[in-house]
Amino acid sequence: MKKLLVSPSPHIHGKDNTRNLMRDVIIALLPSLAVSIYFFGFSALRLTLIGVAACVAVEYLIEKYMLRTKVTIGDYSAAVTGILLAMNLPPNAPWWIMVIGSIVAIGIAKMTFGGLGQNLFNPALVGRVFLLVSFPVIMTDWTMPDSWFGSAIDASSGATPLGIVKEALSKGETLQQIFAEHDFSYTQMLFARVGSVGEISALALLIGLVYLLVRKVIAPHIPIAILGTVAVFSGILWGVDSTRYTDPLFNLLTGGVLLGSIFMATDYVTSPMSHKGMVIYGIGIGIITVLIRQFGSYPEGISFAILIMNATVPLINMYVKPKRFGRK
Amino acid sequence: MSNLSLITKGIIKENPTFVLMLGMCPTLGTTTSAMNGLGMGLATMVVLVLSNMAISSVASFIPAKVRIPCYIVIIAAFVTIVQFVMQAYVPALYETLGLFIPLIVVNCIVLGRAEAFASKNSVIRSAFDGLGIGLGFACSLTVLGFVRELFGGLSVFGHKLADADGMLAFVLAPGAFIVLGYLMVLFNKAKTKIS
Repeated sequence: MKKLLVSPSPHIHGKDNTRNLMRDVIIALLPSLAVSIYFFGFSALRLTLIGVAACVAVEYLIEKYMLRTKVTIGDYSAAVTGILLAMNLPPNAPWWIMVIGSIVAIGIAKMTFGGLGQNLFNPALVGRVFLLVSFPVIMTDWTMPDSWFGSAIDASSGATPLGIVKEALSKGETLQQIFAEHDFSYTQMLFARVGSVGEISALALLIGLVYLLVRKVIAPHIPIAILGTVAVFSGILWGVDSTRYTDPLFNLLTGGVLLGSIFMATDYVTSPMSHKGMVIYGIGIGIITVLIRQFGSYPEGISFAILIMNATVPLINMYVKPKRFGRK
Repeated sequence: MSNLSLITKGIIKENPTFVLMLGMCPTLGTTTSAMNGLGMGLATMVVLVLSNMAISSVASFIPAKVRIPCYIVIIAAFVTIVQFVMQAYVPALYETLGLFIPLIVVNCIVLGRAEAFASKNSVIRSAFDGLGIGLGFACSLTVLGFVRELFGGLSVFGHKLADADGMLAFVLAPGAFIVLGYLMVLFNKAKTKIS
């Protein structure tokens, strides 16, 4: 008879590991990537590949030659950071900006803190915000490049809907005038509009969300809390003064709210552990996003909002703990 | 401790920026370029040497209970002198540093050296201590300003290296924190390797 094995619990191991989860995230990002390659052609694909290569290379070099520890590029997390960073850039951004962003994202935001699991802030977002602050002209150049498949979008204007609204409002126009001048079609926003590589198609992002939810890669709490808060808060402002504040649907379909709430805010490492904490975190992101959009100087605020709430995650984890089994 | 080691101590072992982490406000606020960092560091150094000497010579007359206000008044006098001298001879630097020059009065390095060193040591030794700590502060600020200017503006001491824009983030406040953090890592790593 075989010897009886005595080991401490847990005795049953799930198959989940970082590698599998990250692979699911990459699959969920594929619809958006496909849409942007369809509209932006080679430039979107090139940007994404450079992002992945640069992030993986930076992580490898730092772990191999600076820290001299185990190389962890096999868990795909650096690749995900690379894709997400590329999705946050304008499609015709130059290659070197992607490399600088990757060095900041992996080198400063991730490896400095101790690698995956220890970083306080979402690496891709740190990279993006660093680039936005450093190169404001390149990072807000939204002109549509020529697609491989001809121009599929009618209006290839040089600003995002949020940018247009922000600028026109500052000139004293009312929203009704702005909407009359520019044909913001909500159905078109669902499929594709001007924006960064990853955020142009709301529908493709929602397909990614459904995939992540079905595969149970993320819990629905964070995206729902963010999107709900954005809708409710911007709805209240819209109700108060509809000539000044954009309506909830416009707020949900434009900018990076969908990309941010589905793929950035749900990062395991930088979001709260308990469901109640996730809701608090999501509401915070939603409120800050709308505040920056409506009252701040930047047209879009989701990346700042997520980074600000990232900083509160240790605090949320400390005060919002799930009830222990058997305790009152 | 010899007078010479008082100076090297201020630059390496008790470097006010990278080891003691004092005077963070001017460190982060003024080091947008190497020249600004150097100017701020030298201004602080002059105030440190003079106030250390003055305080150590009058320390025995100052009642213990009111010593802090007394130190502040002495330091403020020297800061005012430095401020006027800078306004007269380096008006451009005076304009860029702006409010940070009068703020040397409340720089915790100056008050800290007065309290911890000058009040208990001779005038000569206090002068050397002020010189050492001041040099350490000036060196750190210059290095910090140098790195931020290099990455942020692609220039060295005001000379453009390339006709392009640098990474603006390094010139802004977040860049100060990032560069300071990495310089601190490098400094302490080098320091442990040496000793």
